[in-house]
Amino acid sequence: MLVIQANLRLMWGSVDGFLIFDFSGKLLQIGMKGVGLRNSMGHLVHNPSWEDQEINNFVIQVATVNGSGSQSANTILLKTLFRMGIPVAGKNVFPSNIAGLPTWFWIRASSKGYQARRERPNICIAMNPQTFKEDYALVLPGGYFLYNKDIPWPQQLNKRADITEIPFPVRELVDQVTQQIRIKKLLANMVYVGVLAELLGLDQECLEKSVMDQFRGKESVLESNFQTYQKGAAFAQQHLKDVTFRYKAQLVKDGNRDKIIIDGNSASALGLIDGGATFGAWYPITPSTSLVEAFAKYAPALRPKNQKTYVLMQAEDELSAVSMAIGAGWQGARAFTATSGPGLSLMQEAVGYAYYGEIPIVIWDVQRVGPSTGMPTRTAQGDILSAVFASHGDTKHPILLPGNPKECYDFGQMAFDIAEELQTPVFVLSDLDLGMNLWSVDRFTRCRQPFRRGRVLDVAALEERQNFRRYADEIGDGVAFRTLPGTPHPLAAYFTRGSGHNVAAGYTEKGGEYQEVVDRIAKKWLKAKTLVPKPVVHKESSAIGVIFYGSSEPAVTEALDLLRKEQSFSISTLRVRAIPFTDEVEQFISDHDRVYVVDLNRDGQLLSLLRMEFGQFCSRFLSIRHYDGTPITAETVYEPILVTENNRL
Amino acid sequence: MINSETNRLGLTKKDYQGSPSTLCTGCGHDQITNHIINALYQLHVHPYQVVKTSGIGCSSKTPAYFLSRSFGINFIHGRMAPLATGSVLVNPSLIHIGISGDGDTASIGLGGFIHLVRRNVPMVYIVANNGVYGLTKGQFSATSDIGSQLKTGEINPFETVDICALALEVGGTFVARSFSGDLKQMVTLLKAALKHKGTAVIDVISPCVTFNNHDGSTKSFSYMKEHDIRLHELGFIPADEPVVVDYPEGATEHIVFADGSRLVLEKIDSLNHDVHDRLGAIKLIHEGRKKGHVITGLFYIGETRPDLVEVMGLRDGMNLRDLTEAHLRGADEDFEKVLSQFS
Repeated sequence: MLVIQANLRLMWGSVDGFLIFDFSGKLLQIGMKGVGLRNSMGHLVHNPSWEDQEINNFVIQVATVNGSGSQSANTILLKTLFRMGIPVAGKNVFPSNIAGLPTWFWIRASSKGYQARRERPNICIAMNPQTFKEDYALVLPGGYFLYNKDIPWPQQLNKRADITEIPFPVRELVDQVTQQIRIKKLLANMVYVGVLAELLGLDQECLEKSVMDQFRGKESVLESNFQTYQKGAAFAQQHLKDVTFRYKAQLVKDGNRDKIIIDGNSASALGLIDGGATFGAWYPITPSTSLVEAFAKYAPALRPKNQKTYVLMQAEDELSAVSMAIGAGWQGARAFTATSGPGLSLMQEAVGYAYYGEIPIVIWDVQRVGPSTGMPTRTAQGDILSAVFASHGDTKHPILLPGNPKECYDFGQMAFDIAEELQTPVFVLSDLDLGMNLWSVDRFTRCRQPFRRGRVLDVAALEERQNFRRYADEIGDGVAFRTLPGTPHPLAAYFTRGSGHNVAAGYTEKGGEYQEVVDRIAKKWLKAKTLVPKPVVHKESSAIGVIFYGSSEPAVTEALDLLRKEQSFSISTLRVRAIPFTDEVEQFISDHDRVYVVDLNRDGQLLSLLRMEFGQFCSRFLSIRHYDGTPITAETVYEPILVTENNRL
Repeated sequence: MINSETNRLGLTKKDYQGSPSTLCTGCGHDQITNHIINALYQLHVHPYQVVKTSGIGCSSKTPAYFLSRSFGINFIHGRMAPLATGSVLVNPSLIHIGISGDGDTASIGLGGFIHLVRRNVPMVYIVANNGVYGLTKGQFSATSDIGSQLKTGEINPFETVDICALALEVGGTFVARSFSGDLKQMVTLLKAALKHKGTAVIDVISPCVTFNNHDGSTKSFSYMKEHDIRLHELGFIPADEPVVVDYPEGATEHIVFADGSRLVLEKIDSLNHDVHDRLGAIKLIHEGRKKGHVITGLFYIGETRPDLVEVMGLRDGMNLRDLTEAHLRGADEDFEKVLSQFS
């Protein structure tokens, strides 16, 4: 059985849906997400609305124009909720554009801590005339549509009876604060902060602190922003006191005491800094650019102050970036590059060199939608296969798959340790949703493990030896010893090449000599299994298992909670955190009759790898795929499993 | 008894040799190999201090044929420049010698080459330039002169890429051209290049005896013998040798390097070129080509620009690979402060 995510056209626009086929290709079911689930007759099967509590459970969508400076206002709202102790997450839905196109910011407050994207908001703040109609349509029944009164009500937009409209003046209030045209546009956003603060009942102290933090170092604009916020709040006090606003934010004592709210790219940068990176080469590309920028921002604070401890080189393209990293890795530095799909494609040849020349590097790929340029500001897990098998010839590379910003931090050092221990390129695959959106996670515990630098022979070690052969399997686990350039010893030097070479690093075209080396390299794959992070397994006594990875964690967790609660399902889960698969993966599949595999790509890339490795279990796999560029939602996982399991009868 | 001679390090020439060359007998590239060995031997540079880098092609095989006791890396086609950039930054106290070819530098690796020069990566960048793809049996390269012929008689219809003019355009701080057959000029230029702080580009016309040494070629031994115009006579004076002025006043110029060693340029009357004049150098190259001349010598030298190591705030003797946990993890309170920005 195959579950395919599709885009179905509905009366108010397009909404994600899915089609379920059996193995013969017969259509079994059509589902539509977010609006409930329908069978192929169009009858509603289920209408998921599992967060019926209205306190600390709401989704806000702020619709603005790219470049209008709404980020400050949105950050203030998000931080205020966070500081009130409420579990919260923020997602920026933005175009590949600097100014003028529509952009949205979503804030989800969830008392249960669910952080996945929702399809539709409870509260919309409409600041953008271009998207006014679609924003209006998207608000969930029972929700609120707050809009800038200066935007003329679009003709032919029929009023909805199932939501509450709340107009608020922007121009009038901003005019009361400043006459400077240049900053009026930016201040406009603070009006909705004031209005919403009042309606939701945001804590004054948390809010003021968030405003102060946001404009720290920009005192010239602090005052006007604060005044505008107050104008918005005063407006709501005077004119909206009769509105029944069902959603409320309530202080949770110690709620986020041990949490931080952070984007994966910043977390990754902190991980690379503490993980010992001394060399980073990169080429600007969304969505990985902010990772390198975060490295540059935080390294001076995190590193000892008395000396230069790293170099960041902006290269002329990604192939040069990875080549620089290879040069640095060959010299023995902890070297990385950060990129996204198109960059990964460019790097292929050099990655194969590093694999065959056995040079440790870390490639941090913040995935976006492909193929080709694809959708640069949208998310996907589409690079799994091209990363695992990057480059021509027989190559395979260890992949780490962080599922949240905390793992982005932890995998920084781990990636270097594995790369240096195995003397090979290691990939870390994040994605735009994980990398650029704001996730609440447990405060990081600083990594304190010593660096594992692998088998490096220095002069003293060479003194103990009669000979040194760079590519000989002395230990028997596939990992040879290496020396670093400049080591002043007669045995030290060798010639690194991507052409055929024998165990002594000499040129060869003899089949046996060539094979001896590549067979040894293949053994590292087995050793990698002992070094990579094990999957996170949740075991229930059930025939159903779900395998997933990366940024789909929150959606899967939420969906399965609901299936357990509402449908009394027992479901086991396994979150893959690395390739090669460790033994736990095989055990998990063998323990379950039906294993759903959640992929954020069209072709089921993780599924392909599982099938390749566990051919004996092929008939157990079912595939759930989400690949429209949006972060996955709980419905995307919930509905196909529900339908498939109910149809089994 | 010449083989038992040693330099000041007690090393013989043999200590500077590599594996036997597998290039065609008579290849210009093997001459370059010998010049490199001579220059390093005579400068008393220990092989341990040298790193050899290359790309792909006949030229790029040569690092295997000298300095067996030095580390070498033969990278992928056209990407020696970024590879060397990473290597230099990690370990700037080593002497980096890169050998590339005309295909490797002027075609597939053109972008990387330009960026290496504009960043002024401190290394010697030698282009063994024969105007032809040797390993794939004789296609034109981007440095083939317009109108020059292949062995098959095919005529190159495209403009040439002049590696020196290009290096000058992007701010090269040491730009020279030489001929593999000119031992004195080559060894002297190599010594100067090894002393230069920044990228030293030497474009060496190095004839391909198999595919590009025929009558229609502009990169053959005989063509070079007829068209090579030396810009100046060159001499090199090590730092610890007395400076003996035996040239007529005004006709020589001394370029003094950081360690006190000198490159002596003896001007030749017909070409009164100032090696500190970048635009003049570009003009000289283009005008020379129009006349059918292959001008060799040092076109330009300038040390006013900091090299990449300095720009990046690094210094010699500091090796990023040696930094340990203690160097790389700051105080825990700073870590907590950073985390607090996210709460």
